[in-house]
Amino acid sequence: MSSNLIPWSILRYDTEKAKAFSTTVKDHPLKNIVVTERIPRRILGSAPSTGRTTPVSITSNISEPLATALKQLDPLTEFAMHEEMDPLSKMVAEMDIVDNTQPTTSLKKEDKVNKTDLWSHRKTAILQKYTTSEKLTMVTSFLLEGEKVVVKAQSTAVDKVQHRLEQLDNFEEGSQRKLDLSQTEYISRIEQLNKELISAWNTEQRVKALKIAIQCAKMLTDTDVLTFYPSKFVLITDILDCFGKLVYERLRTKAEYYKPGSQVPTALPEDFTPDMVPKTARETCLNWFFKIASIRELVPRLYIEMALLKSYYFLSSTDCPDALTKITEMIHGIGNPLVAVYARCYLCRAGMNVATKCIDTNYLRRNFECFLESYQHIFSQGVKDQLHQQKMTVPMYVTLYTPALDYIMEVITLYSLDTALTDLLSKCKKYSNSSLILNTIMSGFKPAYISERCLQFLSMIGQCTDDGISLASLLRTLGLCVTVCPPPREQRPQVLNSVILNMSLLTEPADYASCFEVWIQFVAKYFSAKEVDSLLGDLLSHMHKSEADYDCSAQLQNIIERIVADISDIESFLTMETFFPVMELFREKSRQVEVSKMILVKFNSMIEETNDPMVANVLIYLGTILHNSVNQLSPDDEKRQIGEILCKLLRKVNYRLDLERQLNFLVEARSCFRNMDVVLVQAIQSVINIAGNMRRVMKRLQKRKVPDFLQACVAYCFITIPSIGSPKTRLELYLLSGQVALYSTCLGQANATFRAIIKIIRELPAGPETESFLLSFVRKFLSLLLVVPDNPERGVRSLLKSLLNALRNFKWQDNSYVLGVIYIHVIDLLSVAGQEMYPYRIEKVEANDSLWGSDPKFTREITRITAIVIGDVCSILRNLGPGQKQYQIALDLFIRIAIRSDLSNEELNTLAVKLWNLCLKTDQADLKYMMTTRSYLQGKAQHSSNVALEQLTEKLSLPTD
Amino acid sequence: MSISLDIRLKRADKVYTEGDLVSGVLVISSNSDLKHDGITLTMEGCVNLQISTKNVGIIEAFYNSVKPIQLVNVVCDVCGQGKLPSGVTEIPFEIPLKPKPNRALYETYHGVYAGVTNCPQLPLKENRKPVSFELSPANLASGGSGAPDFLLRGYLDTVCCNIVKPFRGQLTLVRCASPIRSIELQLVRVETCGCAEGYAREATEIQNIQIGDGDVPQNIPILIYMVFPRLFACPTLITTNFKIEFEVNIVVVFEDDHLITNNFPIILVRE
Repeated sequence: MSSNLIPWSILRYDTEKAKAFSTTVKDHPLKNIVVTERIPRRILGSAPSTGRTTPVSITSNISEPLATALKQLDPLTEFAMHEEMDPLSKMVAEMDIVDNTQPTTSLKKEDKVNKTDLWSHRKTAILQKYTTSEKLTMVTSFLLEGEKVVVKAQSTAVDKVQHRLEQLDNFEEGSQRKLDLSQTEYISRIEQLNKELISAWNTEQRVKALKIAIQCAKMLTDTDVLTFYPSKFVLITDILDCFGKLVYERLRTKAEYYKPGSQVPTALPEDFTPDMVPKTARETCLNWFFKIASIRELVPRLYIEMALLKSYYFLSSTDCPDALTKITEMIHGIGNPLVAVYARCYLCRAGMNVATKCIDTNYLRRNFECFLESYQHIFSQGVKDQLHQQKMTVPMYVTLYTPALDYIMEVITLYSLDTALTDLLSKCKKYSNSSLILNTIMSGFKPAYISERCLQFLSMIGQCTDDGISLASLLRTLGLCVTVCPPPREQRPQVLNSVILNMSLLTEPADYASCFEVWIQFVAKYFSAKEVDSLLGDLLSHMHKSEADYDCSAQLQNIIERIVADISDIESFLTMETFFPVMELFREKSRQVEVSKMILVKFNSMIEETNDPMVANVLIYLGTILHNSVNQLSPDDEKRQIGEILCKLLRKVNYRLDLERQLNFLVEARSCFRNMDVVLVQAIQSVINIAGNMRRVMKRLQKRKVPDFLQACVAYCFITIPSIGSPKTRLELYLLSGQVALYSTCLGQANATFRAIIKIIRELPAGPETESFLLSFVRKFLSLLLVVPDNPERGVRSLLKSLLNALRNFKWQDNSYVLGVIYIHVIDLLSVAGQEMYPYRIEKVEANDSLWGSDPKFTREITRITAIVIGDVCSILRNLGPGQKQYQIALDLFIRIAIRSDLSNEELNTLAVKLWNLCLKTDQADLKYMMTTRSYLQGKAQHSSNVALEQLTEKLSLPTD
Repeated sequence: MSISLDIRLKRADKVYTEGDLVSGVLVISSNSDLKHDGITLTMEGCVNLQISTKNVGIIEAFYNSVKPIQLVNVVCDVCGQGKLPSGVTEIPFEIPLKPKPNRALYETYHGVYAGVTNCPQLPLKENRKPVSFELSPANLASGGSGAPDFLLRGYLDTVCCNIVKPFRGQLTLVRCASPIRSIELQLVRVETCGCAEGYAREATEIQNIQIGDGDVPQNIPILIYMVFPRLFACPTLITTNFKIEFEVNIVVVFEDDHLITNNFPIILVRE
């Protein structure tokens, strides 16, 4: 300690008296942005059906003096007042109006618009499902080698026609090659053909384009790899669709249509009628159809005609419907039942594309009936031979039909009344033992229709005797209907029994799980937890019974998701006996994690809080799964999400007065979630919360236990905090737990906590961020230190001393400006600590004022420290040099001396004046502020009749004087 | 110097009947001035009886009747000697379509640009009823040797067909012992030409259309449907010098390449 320190002497003052002297603040920069009242968001029109509204906090009786002075509204509030409703709610309201006025028409419109999409949403599914690893053959004359187009001299029309016909012939008999391709090669070839077709079309080689289209269609005759056929159909019909569109668009745009009253020929409008079509266009169109009609082979001829159906409208309005009926019958000529059913599917699809023109939709039903008529053909010898050759089972083969049949059924349902469906159903009943037809009906008809007759269908399923579609698939299909639309209430128990009975017949765990997956939703929604539990028990026994190593994680995930989504009481699900065993069934850990997460999220959003130890146990279990899934490689967002879920979880468990149990829960949580800092922080906060609330509930507790329990809480914090990574968080928590320790009169623990704080400060990394953090943190710490009693063994203010040492040794940047600011606050603390009575205290904790009773030894020590600190501040001032920062600290120090010290001490008096003058010299001085300060000090001096202060103010000069 | 000449007829379908005015434009395009000694337009229509390899042996017998028979010959001067400017010149024309004296016009059936229709009045108009048929090894001409047991029943809407309407009917495979590969409709044209000295007859397949592909289901009616080709079919024609007639064959091909056909002579008319 250098000897030239200016000795400090404390100004003891009467707190009450000091408080009485306060000047009113005239204006405040924050005044205008204080919100007095939040206007609730008005929702007009429809209130959300959840019944939940945005919580609105109205703080109308704010006690802030500033706020009450306000009359003006803030701009946001004002906006909210004027605006009737926000644009979003407005939209919702408008939509509602529309919905209410014409609910049926708008629905129907949607249907019409979507009808072409019916297919496109199936496409991807088919392509994914029907694949093969077999070699596929493709007969083509267009690929690999560039086609040599022989351009003959075409002198007359006859030659031209002959040439074209020759080209067609060439294609039919000419140089074709058979290629053996893998599936991906095959797909890319088809893609190539598509490109070829378009480029041929664009380079005016229309005959070639037609030839390519025919060749594509011809591939559909070939079922040499059965499993790939549906995918092949999707790929090739895409090309055909494209071809049909090209022809149609060209005919339309080249039509040279003269609008009434116009001389300039234009393309036909999109919605032309046949009588608007000029003769030339009709002739060209007719040529197309003649060409198609001469295609030798049946399947390509039908497909190309179907692709061009729309172009019939250039000829007349009746040709297209006629063609639909005609082709429906002609498909009977296709011997291969699979090829035939897909041709029917394409016919319906093509028919849908032209359906804008008000076509009778009977052909759709007729197509299905045609399928029924030739149903037995599926099991003919020829098919059996092919299946044998390709080593395919009948159930597998039969599923190949489902995409086509489902589509046909879907469009039929779209355009038929229920009565028509009943008709169709009775026709189907003739084939009542056919699982394929039954399946098609169940997946095609409206779910409501099926659900209504659920029992009937269940008995029909029971009657299915053929080995077509498996029982599991049938139950699944029916289950899907039931999920969309429940059966009548009185039938439900019977339905459930029957389904459980049927499901028990399934021996393959995979079948069982896939059925279960669908039906569980029905059970969860309409039955109690008891049924769900017993069903889950069945599932377990099925899964355990099978010796086969079957992984049903994907289904399990769906099952649990559905249960959680639909069950009314999630707690009862979590406490089911079967819950743990089911969770343990997961083989894929990632799915288990997903499911746990989903359950917890749902739980968090549904349940306010729980005091059921069983539930808590399950929560910890699920949380542990989540917690253990996090590792070094997890993305930050994932960690954040999981952290959030776990934190919420901790807050959900509330045992209210059973504090010990609560603490035990948190202890368990700590051991389970030890790797996630956020969760530990949450646990500590919860414990602090318990301890904090202790006093409030103490009356109702056994007094004897309270101190022990509080100690346990504090110990919990003290033990847990060190495992948290971020030093700043650790500091905050230590401070908090230190406060609680004091509050709980655990002085030893509190002291240890504070020592830990100082230790951490010593180890903090340097940097501007840390400095600004330290500034605010140390302030909080200082205000707490005031009421911390000195440890008699360590001497006066030992904590403060070691804090000061730690701060002094910290590597401050920017010439220790921040340290200077902190020192100013240390001076504040010290001068308050020297008072005879402290302004605040903690109940039951004796602070230094009463401990030392203003003992001279204590006071001496305080003034000594203050003097040292002032010395330090002075040297910081010197280092800073003139500038804003120097001004700030100098002025602050001046004010501290003026207010807090006994100015009768000459040296201090001189120092104050020096500081004042230094402030003026810095060029950064805020003269207005200094003037206010001086007049304040004058007022204060007069009020407290402090002569020394008055003398000081007289010495203070300002350039404005 | 390049010149191109094109005759464009007004009617899109290029079908004209007797007494019509054949009108259109003559389009001459040239990249330089063109001197010419006059432009004439000739419309000629004839029946050309071609000699094929089959009847080459008996050609001498009716040599006279084989030479082309001219039905129409109209020559019209478009303009006299002169010069055409470079670029595109369009000259409109109109020629009345009238046969030569003592000749009738027949329908074109292979590709002269002017189509002419003069349907001969045939005495076979009454036959518009459906014609049913039954096919089994028993009623095959060959006695059914080698054919599997089968029964095919069906009917044709009519055998006197309007050439612009499709040929229709129905066919049902009632039973069949071995799988079928294909069922086809074959349209055959039978040309006969000759005179008192003798005649040559030639049958040509002009269209073959598949109506059943593969192992067709049994007891399900299959539609018979065929569009008559525009170029190779014409109304049935019977004149003193030549005849053009048509037949339809229903062909059933079995998996073992065994083939049976049933023949139906048909009469084509344009109404």
